[in-house]
Amino acid sequence: MDTLIVHVLTSLLYASVLFLIAGGLSLIYGVMRIVNLAHGNLYAFGAYVSAWAVGVMATRWPTGALYALLPLGAVAAAGLGAILEPTLLRPFYRRAEEYQLLVTFGLLLILDDLMRFLWGPYPLSASQLYETFGSLSIGETIYPNYNLVVIAIGALSALGIWAFVYKTQFGVILRATSQNMRMASALGINVNRVYVQAFTLGCFMAGLGGAIIVPSQGAVLGMGVDALIMAFVVVVIGGLGSLEGALVGALLVGVVREIGITLFPEVELAVLYLMAAVVLLIRPAGLFGRP
Amino acid sequence: MSGIPLPPSRVLGWAALIVVALMLLPWVVEPYQTTLFSYGLVMAIAALGFNLLLGYTGLLSFGHSAYFGVGAYAVAMAVKYFKVTSFELYVVVGILASAAISALFGFVCVRYTRIFFGILTMALSQVLWSLAFKFYHVTGGSDGLRVPTPSLLGTHIAAGEDKMTYLAHRYYYYVLAIFVVCTALMWVIVHSPFGKALQAIRDNETRAEFVGVQVRHYRWVAFVVSGTYTGLAGALWVPLNGLTTPDILHWTFSGEIVFFTVLGGFGTFTGPIVGAIVFNYLKTFAVGYTVYWQGFLGIVLVTLVLALPTGIMGMVGRLLQKRQKAPAA
Repeated sequence: MDTLIVHVLTSLLYASVLFLIAGGLSLIYGVMRIVNLAHGNLYAFGAYVSAWAVGVMATRWPTGALYALLPLGAVAAAGLGAILEPTLLRPFYRRAEEYQLLVTFGLLLILDDLMRFLWGPYPLSASQLYETFGSLSIGETIYPNYNLVVIAIGALSALGIWAFVYKTQFGVILRATSQNMRMASALGINVNRVYVQAFTLGCFMAGLGGAIIVPSQGAVLGMGVDALIMAFVVVVIGGLGSLEGALVGALLVGVVREIGITLFPEVELAVLYLMAAVVLLIRPAGLFGRP
Repeated sequence: MSGIPLPPSRVLGWAALIVVALMLLPWVVEPYQTTLFSYGLVMAIAALGFNLLLGYTGLLSFGHSAYFGVGAYAVAMAVKYFKVTSFELYVVVGILASAAISALFGFVCVRYTRIFFGILTMALSQVLWSLAFKFYHVTGGSDGLRVPTPSLLGTHIAAGEDKMTYLAHRYYYYVLAIFVVCTALMWVIVHSPFGKALQAIRDNETRAEFVGVQVRHYRWVAFVVSGTYTGLAGALWVPLNGLTTPDILHWTFSGEIVFFTVLGGFGTFTGPIVGAIVFNYLKTFAVGYTVYWQGFLGIVLVTLVLALPTGIMGMVGRLLQKRQKAPAA
């Protein structure tokens, strides 16, 4: 029973972070119909900025105050997104998908090395934040409290984004643009502005995912590329462009991954990719996508 | 059938001239340069195959690393488990394995087009990557598998012969010969009725279907040919590199294949060849010059799609057209 609780918590932990990344990716695709291959790098960027800020202030501020620095990563990723969308992506909406994929692939390569340039080849960590949160014991296992915080943030963000998209005026505009960009534009919505806002929001989510993971895992090069592929698995399962899909997909992937790691570690990744392939075959639009 | 469509004699003349020049290459430049060029030729074969899908059928695969990797790993496993030493067998093994895998993956993937095709090919290639990565005792995990220098046409590397000169002379000619055959074959494929049908599918799927083209079947055949070319490239690559690691199965390597095809220009027949060779030099230069080579390549790619979407050969073609028109005007 106790081990089961730990397994469930670990699945939820992974699902929380994955939802933030994949939700952002899906939101961006849903509104602008662009698959951003550099999305994982924005998650990594968030992680790096948070880890760097914590590292710089570690000696000057008390540890408790350092938590306030974590959201900085999310804000920085959002800022980067707000710069990238109008400058790099906007010229590509009218062009073939191949070019959109290529330009974001180029962006992936650039951002990867930008982080190497800014923060060097070694991992950055903020593990003091992880340790000071203490831990609780579940049966014989010691479980870090911080992970519970991550799960809570994941759940709150899911709730927040749902409220944002379905209960605010901006959400209405966002959904209108997503459903029919030309119609929305004809009704007087400034589509370019909606695009920047949606992209920024998507990047904010990815950056937040990176920021909350930093205390437990640190920031490493290559984390973006790995995260992107997992996010792809999630959105393919849930349906590209659907936020509910991203949530369900993230939970599914979190659970399957935990089962995989425990029971058959060698094929754990293969099973996840195969799951995505099978869903694409049976329901190309994903579980929640519109066909 | 009126026989094989031959290219115009002017083109044939140029092609013969280039082949002769390439045959002289090992006698002119240092072994290192020849080996470097062999890498370019190998990638060119992969790009030719890839472009049958992107340029001629209109399908962007983000998973071609799978077939390249299968070609390479099939060879490495044949060496490890069956003690194969003959290069001819390497080629056969590489072709068979990649044809089988691309037939299987292709059967699944050709049901989709556009972004879903890209993601599905990517997901399937990642399955192979994770298997190669995790099944340590079979594939060597991240250490990969070593592949010794094979014998060519029954003759082994002589005792005391330098591996570098062996690769730069005999192996180079072997690769060059296969490259020439592959290029000629691809020319025939894209100019055959089958190739025309693929282009019809690319331009308008619905109309192609109405004219009687079995769209899905044709796509599948194109997929298999494409994957097999890429797999052959993998089999040729592995003795050059001497080692195969999961890196060549990772989706970022698929991105590289897309990159150099677009660099050369996917709207032309020769574009992918030129792109692969140029990219090979560009990457070697960048890796030797800076640790930020990845970022450098990224900047090249972004500039390329922004300013030169038709690639090198597309631009050359436009310039030539202008020059031909100029005197008449």
